[in-house]
Amino acid sequence: MELTATTTIRKPVSEVYAFWRDLENLPTFMAHLEEVRTTGDRTSHWVANAPFGKDVQWDAEILDETPGEKIGWRSIGDADVPNAGTVRFVPAPDGVSTEVHISLVYDIPGGTIGKAVAKYFGEEPHQQLDDDLRRLKQVLETGEVVRSDGAPWGKRAREEFPQRPAQPLSDAEFAKGAEA
Amino acid sequence: MRANTWAGRNKVEVRDVPDPRILNRRDAIVRITSTAICGSDLHLVDGYVPTMQDGDVMGHEFMGEVVEVGPGVDPERLRVGDRVVVPFPIACGACGACAAELYSCCENTNPNAGIAEKMFGHPVAGIFGYSHLTGGFAGGQAQYARVPFADVGPLKIESDVADEQVLFLSDILPTGYMGAEMCDIQPSDVVAVWGAGPVGQFAMDSARVLGAAKVIAIDKEPYRLEMAERAGHTPVNFDEVDVRSRLLELTGGRGPDKCIDAVGLEATHGSAHIATYDRVKQAVRAESDRPHALRQAIMSCRSGGVVSVIGVYGGLVDKFPAGAWMNRALTLRTGQCHVQRYMKPLLGRIERGEIDPTRIITHRLPLDDAERGFELFKNKQDHCEKVVLKP
Ligand SMILES: NC(=O)c1ccc[n+]([C@@H]2O[C@H](COP(=O)([O-])OP(=O)(O)OC[C@H]3O[C@@H](n4cnc5c(N)ncnc54)[C@H](O)[C@@H]3O)[C@@H](O)[C@H]2O)c1
Ligand SMILES: [Zn+2]
Ligand SMILES: [Zn+2]
Repeated sequence: MELTATTTIRKPVSEVYAFWRDLENLPTFMAHLEEVRTTGDRTSHWVANAPFGKDVQWDAEILDETPGEKIGWRSIGDADVPNAGTVRFVPAPDGVSTEVHISLVYDIPGGTIGKAVAKYFGEEPHQQLDDDLRRLKQVLETGEVVRSDGAPWGKRAREEFPQRPAQPLSDAEFAKGAEA
Repeated sequence: MRANTWAGRNKVEVRDVPDPRILNRRDAIVRITSTAICGSDLHLVDGYVPTMQDGDVMGHEFMGEVVEVGPGVDPERLRVGDRVVVPFPIACGACGACAAELYSCCENTNPNAGIAEKMFGHPVAGIFGYSHLTGGFAGGQAQYARVPFADVGPLKIESDVADEQVLFLSDILPTGYMGAEMCDIQPSDVVAVWGAGPVGQFAMDSARVLGAAKVIAIDKEPYRLEMAERAGHTPVNFDEVDVRSRLLELTGGRGPDKCIDAVGLEATHGSAHIATYDRVKQAVRAESDRPHALRQAIMSCRSGGVVSVIGVYGGLVDKFPAGAWMNRALTLRTGQCHVQRYMKPLLGRIERGEIDPTRIITHRLPLDDAERGFELFKNKQDHCEKVVLKP
């Protein structure tokens, strides 16, 4: 499965590129990631969120990189869900913003994991990636993922609809946090 | 705390709900001292805006005192104890739309942007108390509200002007003003305003302030037309006269130079069969909005004129007079108000006495009487024009 998405962020290319190049930042806006750990100059270890497939982890390597322009990576070894991604950073015509163009390819296996991943992406797989980029934009432009009473859990708000009512959280809800 | 909530179609209910808390670093909590009921709230109550949920706290016109700020709020901009009016669109101040002062189209403040994008092609900003389509933010018909990006939008009131003088800076005064401003008014202009509700009244006053030669008020509620007349505008009752002929009469056959739709998607129509056509279409969801005022404004406007739309539309309309619009070189301008753009300059106009926002207030009720307030306002009982609620 191949997914593409794009957004424009009102920050210079250098800043957007640097944020992405520190792969440990990806889980702040990519819903399916729990953690990315840098293990070497070009290598990293990725841990997926439960809805994406419990205990799905893989190692990845950056194979193709042009500083300030492009980062390309792919999973290595025998990943449960082999995947690869490319992100390109292009100065926008306004002279201040950066266009981010991302493309992800997943090799969805059969079995339980394959089912979980398929369920995760649902009927509109590109929607997930669109939302990831919206959160990337929020983080870079405003400093964090924006929360509302109806969708209080930021990145972990999975189901878009129906939501909890647009009224303040109770102490119990607040203490419990988002169900992963 | 107490809060007025949506309880299904045609039903609001003041309930006990949890107090709001800081969820984002740049949030503030405001203790509300005054809040109001808006024509936009009627669209929610009447069930014309999808994605409302039982228990949603309503209200987007409010002001009060800052009682808590998040760690990310710039203390140069806002502190505990400040008195603020809160604009209804939530804007981040940092995105491309905000940089262009298109605050109601802010690209970052709607956590449900994905849904909004499906409906509108591109997402719109978060709005307090205005459905999950615009973010699912609890509103301000309550004792307290959480205000995101509190160091961007809220206007500090540093003088001791009364709440009622400045409350409407949260929405309807800037909205009416933007409606007039979009008309690019010239001294020779006759400006016609459809709807003599609160928004229409302020569009009329603004057209006057911006130098229009004559301002015409169109509605069917005699008391609302009288209110407009007392403010110096020329009334036209669409239940009693044919609007187009009357407008021609009032403009020497030219038609109004600029036309403002301050009615929106729930317009009524004097002619029963046309009203029925749109009501039925709306009921079976073949059309989501009833655009009588918009159609009439387009048909009436002078060739080359501007039709400025501040009445709210939510979806699709039928029989849009594209031919009149195109062949007669009309300009159509519109938008949810970019309130942040207008608050400061309009505060100046209020302080200088050029605009008196209090002239439209007819009812002051405790928050617990919100239900009655909605009834009075919706059914136009007791000459109701604008309800202010006191938490
Ligand atoms: N653009 C914005 O940012 C913004 C902000 C606030 C309100 N609004 C919208 O402005 C509109 C008016 O708000 P309001 O608070 O004044 O509401 P309101 O319901 O009090 O006023 C609407 C008025 O229009 C009249 N009307 C109905 N059909 C008409 C017709 N065919 N011709 C002329 N008049 C007609 C009604 O009698 C009523 O007096 C609503 O649609 C509201 O949602 C827009
Ligand atoms: Zn309003
Ligand atoms: Zn913004």
